[in-house]
Amino acid sequence: MENLSRKQNPYNDGKVIDSCGLFGMMSLKGNTFSGEDAMTAIANMNIRGNGLGGGLAAYGIYPDRPDQYALHIMYENGRGREETEAFLKESFEIVFNEEVPHRDSATGVVNPPLVWRYFVNTLGSIKEEDQDDYVVEKVMFINTKIHDTFVFSSGKNMGVFKGVGFPENIGHYFCLEDYQGYLWTAHARFPTNTQAWWGGAHPFSILDWTVVHNGEISSYGTNKNFLEMYGYFCTMFTDTEVMAYAVDLLIRQHHLPIELMAKVLAAPLWSEIDRMPEDEKEVYTALRQVYAGLLLNGPFTVIIAHQGEMIGLGDRIRLRPLVAGLHKDMLYLSSEEAPMRLVCRDLEYSWIPKGGEPIIGRLETNEVIYQDKPVVVGMDKNANTSSA
Amino acid sequence: MGRITLINTSRPENDMNRVKFENGRIRFDADRLFYKDLNFLLRDVLKEHKPEIISIHNVYGQRYIGTNLRQNVKIEIYGTPGNDLGAFMDGPTIEVFGNAQDGCGNTMNSGEIVVHGSAGDITGFAARGGEIFVKDDVGYRVGIHMKEYQGKKPTLVIGGTAQDFLGEYMAGGTLIVFGLYMSEEQRHRADFIGTGMHGGTIYIRGKVEEHQLGKELGKVEMKDDDWALMEEYAYKYAEHFGYNHKQILNRDFVKLVPLSLRPYGKLYAY
Repeated sequence: MENLSRKQNPYNDGKVIDSCGLFGMMSLKGNTFSGEDAMTAIANMNIRGNGLGGGLAAYGIYPDRPDQYALHIMYENGRGREETEAFLKESFEIVFNEEVPHRDSATGVVNPPLVWRYFVNTLGSIKEEDQDDYVVEKVMFINTKIHDTFVFSSGKNMGVFKGVGFPENIGHYFCLEDYQGYLWTAHARFPTNTQAWWGGAHPFSILDWTVVHNGEISSYGTNKNFLEMYGYFCTMFTDTEVMAYAVDLLIRQHHLPIELMAKVLAAPLWSEIDRMPEDEKEVYTALRQVYAGLLLNGPFTVIIAHQGEMIGLGDRIRLRPLVAGLHKDMLYLSSEEAPMRLVCRDLEYSWIPKGGEPIIGRLETNEVIYQDKPVVVGMDKNANTSSA
Repeated sequence: MGRITLINTSRPENDMNRVKFENGRIRFDADRLFYKDLNFLLRDVLKEHKPEIISIHNVYGQRYIGTNLRQNVKIEIYGTPGNDLGAFMDGPTIEVFGNAQDGCGNTMNSGEIVVHGSAGDITGFAARGGEIFVKDDVGYRVGIHMKEYQGKKPTLVIGGTAQDFLGEYMAGGTLIVFGLYMSEEQRHRADFIGTGMHGGTIYIRGKVEEHQLGKELGKVEMKDDDWALMEEYAYKYAEHFGYNHKQILNRDFVKLVPLSLRPYGKLYAY
């Protein structure tokens, strides 16, 4: 076993202050690019993480198999693989499968499990509208019932790559410079309350929803109980998992628009609701009542993504950082401003979003939606002359 | 071109080429340099050569630049310095040509930080002295727990607007928000201004509604010496960023002070 404390604390500081790092980049026109910039950016925030978890999610990377569910599965031993493959053969039509390509020579990656991917169709008897539910059910079955096996990515034309190590090392291990995607998110982990293991790294994912998270969800118990009523089971030993399932429930099952989904997770304060016009007051009061069990308490910033959309969201009083930037067709979201500027030297515009207000990059309409007027952080070169 | 001898950096061989004398000033290339090495190197160079100006280039997120420095030097930063810029700083002037991240001026004791752009959350965090000027906007909790003691009194001047919890737990010093890029009708967007505030003064140019204020502070009338102070800082701001200071003084200011120096004094006593 490598001596991690040597590596993480080479200056032998009495206390190492870290916090998770998040980065996301998306082409609003769907132009694809490799994972290199996302890795460079997250590596620039190296000190936010401590090497006990790193990962990336990428969208649009399997254009040759866009209609099949891509299951990324980690096996801690051969028995898990045997049982899982038998189960997969019963439950799906497996079109293609292979070991996820990786570099054995990569450094900084700790005890990698066997990672395999399967491109599958649901069986012919499953109606189209039921296919997503079917996949969720099977993923939950494998993750709760089959030992030493975890499905950590199950969407179409997207994939999660994660493990124990710094994210740039994990990206290098999985050869992410060879993939072309239009949306990448990345995470550098600094585990606070839970152990470091391959499944516990971010992004967390169900179907094509992924979440990377900085913070602590102190309402985890309440959220977990609420989600269990809808058939979502938490198996990854960490708080962020509830967020992925909450988003899937609210958007895919309950058909809430993303703007309202954000207001369930980061509900407006009652003092704000009191000042709203009557109709809004009614909506937000109802949301807080119906989804009280999904309110996320505690400090958090997340980047949520699924096919065609990237969403940045922070808690209501902004106890964790998030900065947004725009350049041509690119939307950037990051824990710090410097990494955006490192990978995009002439970034046109950047701002500090308001807590609880989602920033939504949308491929379909090629636009960024931010409910309130963004607060300009710099770059407003004409401001001097236009005011007063 | 001069040659620099290094005292205690961790990797002297690699770092030697980063520091150059150019026309009587020192130029320092920080490209991909780890923050600890950057700060060690900066300290060594300042100690040995005592330059009046040093410029640091290609800064991308390195933290704590200028931390705990106690000498008169001007440090110019090109790029985006990382969190806690000038933390515990005692004397130097830092000028940033770009935006500053979170925690700029953390517990600063004396000196000046000038940001030609915006600054992030908790700018001026627990500052004990010195001056900070930010050309544009700032993030959340700016001026949190600023304090003053006798002759030590920090001042933080923001050209644009600020977000929620401005002046939270403020215990002293002066916080000035000019709101330059806003129309007369537009109100500042910060909520919970001065929550927990028990010392110091906040001046805000432009509109602030009653519900945006924390429970512990109230609006008071601007007096002549308040206007004189605004004029002094409007002038300094204008000098730094090329602005007409009279344009800053053409709109009303709101002066906010704590209603009590010990708002919760009775909470634990009966």
